[in-house]
Amino acid sequence: MKELNLNELERRFQEKIDKDIKIEPNDWMPENYRQTLIRQISQHAHSEIVGMLPEGNWITRAPNLRRKAVLLAKVQDEAGHGLYLYSATETLGADREETIDDLHSGKAKYSSIFNYPTLTWADMGAIGWLVDGAAIMNQVPLCRCSYGPYARAMVRVCKEESFHQRQGFEIMTTLANGTPEQKAMAQDALNRFWWPALMMFGPNDADSKHTEQSMRWKIKRHSNDELRQQFVDVTVPQAEMIGLTVPDKDLKFNEQTGHYEYGEINWDEFWEVVKGNGPCNKDRIDVRRKAKEDGEWVREAANAFAEKRARKKSA
Amino acid sequence: MSTLFNYILKIGDDSLILGHRLSEWCGHGPILEEDIAMTNIALDLVGQATTLLNYAGEMEGKGRDADALAFLRFDREYRNLLLVEQPNGDFGMTMMRQFLFDAYRLPLLERLQKSSDVSLAAIAEKSLKETKYHLKHSSEWVIRLGDGTEESHRRVQDALDTLWRYTDELFQEDDAEKELVVSGVIPPMSEIREAWNANVNRVLEEATLTIPTNNWKHSGGRKGMHSEHLGYILAELQYMQRAYPNMEW
Repeated sequence: MKELNLNELERRFQEKIDKDIKIEPNDWMPENYRQTLIRQISQHAHSEIVGMLPEGNWITRAPNLRRKAVLLAKVQDEAGHGLYLYSATETLGADREETIDDLHSGKAKYSSIFNYPTLTWADMGAIGWLVDGAAIMNQVPLCRCSYGPYARAMVRVCKEESFHQRQGFEIMTTLANGTPEQKAMAQDALNRFWWPALMMFGPNDADSKHTEQSMRWKIKRHSNDELRQQFVDVTVPQAEMIGLTVPDKDLKFNEQTGHYEYGEINWDEFWEVVKGNGPCNKDRIDVRRKAKEDGEWVREAANAFAEKRARKKSA
Repeated sequence: MSTLFNYILKIGDDSLILGHRLSEWCGHGPILEEDIAMTNIALDLVGQATTLLNYAGEMEGKGRDADALAFLRFDREYRNLLLVEQPNGDFGMTMMRQFLFDAYRLPLLERLQKSSDVSLAAIAEKSLKETKYHLKHSSEWVIRLGDGTEESHRRVQDALDTLWRYTDELFQEDDAEKELVVSGVIPPMSEIREAWNANVNRVLEEATLTIPTNNWKHSGGRKGMHSEHLGYILAELQYMQRAYPNMEW
């Protein structure tokens, strides 16, 4: 068999991508493709895990037993998503613990939205409705991502995210139809989460350094601005339907394009939060790091026990 | 009816308060798999609390449902065991608390399946599957930690020494309950104690742990005499209902 040179391997790889043939763990892939996926999937996994914290913050204070159960189920789903996604990075040769250490050292990023605090119960509604809603916009196209294990994980994740989005919107609807205090609580949550939710789609296309290559590799199917527009178009009528006001004085519907036009995003705030200067960045990472440190003796014990049992068996 | 109401309140409050404690772990577990497991068990317990407290409310006949009972009673009206309100401590403390409770709850539910009260029997049957898994999970961890490293052994032995004093209360039976035993609604607690002893001895032995010799026994939770910890649990649990009364959520 003659040895294939790198260019030929890359050509064949791109040909598969162009024909929409999935790339599987044992297939040859360019190193950059592998690294891009590891970065993106682990970032996604970290977002699921860090994302448990702002919602976990309200489990013990949920207003009734049904809401408590639904919130617990939702946060449990997120832990489950984190687990599949870390497993998907392992199919690319990444090590789960090292990946997590990168999160703790600040080297790896996660969705900036989780660096905002959850101050009232209505934030559970706003997160489900807006944050999970934005996540779905990002993730549905990932079900067709060129990398097989990621695409398949996303199919399951998206089903659950869609339930999360509905439960969030249901909380908001209940509050918006409730007493004046409840409606004010819902409006306040929308005011605080609207802009950070728009920022979830990442920088404008012109400033997005990864987009072009990722689109060629079919890791990404739509640009940040396209997805953001889709989110605005879907979400604004939902807010109107329940009588809440989107906090954007420049928001208006353009009859010609059929899209909503929205105001300028505060990119300074976005980059500050990405750099680690958001209201909760330090708290979130400190909590995750502490969980790992506090759990070290447990993991050591589990390993020691497993070794003892293995020795007993072989003896 | 009020006797049965009181009894169901006790076991419903156990689920409610232990579920609350476990849910405090959410996002802070030692490994991701345990975050999932503890959230899952908390979810089962909240579900059991909902079913039990709804049934208690029906028995009472004053129009209180599970939410009214869970969120709108005062501290002295809760009937849970002192054991389940104890703070989480480290993971070893949480698993030991869970194990001592699960080992009591499983034989209780097994027998309640045959209760002469058909609704209670049905609730027990449904909860049993969940509790079997809970006990398997907590037993495995007690064994793993007990027979793991020196540090884990010391920590989980400390947990056992701390929690042992709350275990006698699991089997206390008041006069009203003796009547429920006679009418076949609930099993005699002596049977539960026997099953508990057998299981606990077996697991602790495998875990190389020593049963404390200090036999000082605390009780009071079943009569509404709680530890100082319960007040803080309720302050969180009831916050929304107290701050925003009479609203739909």
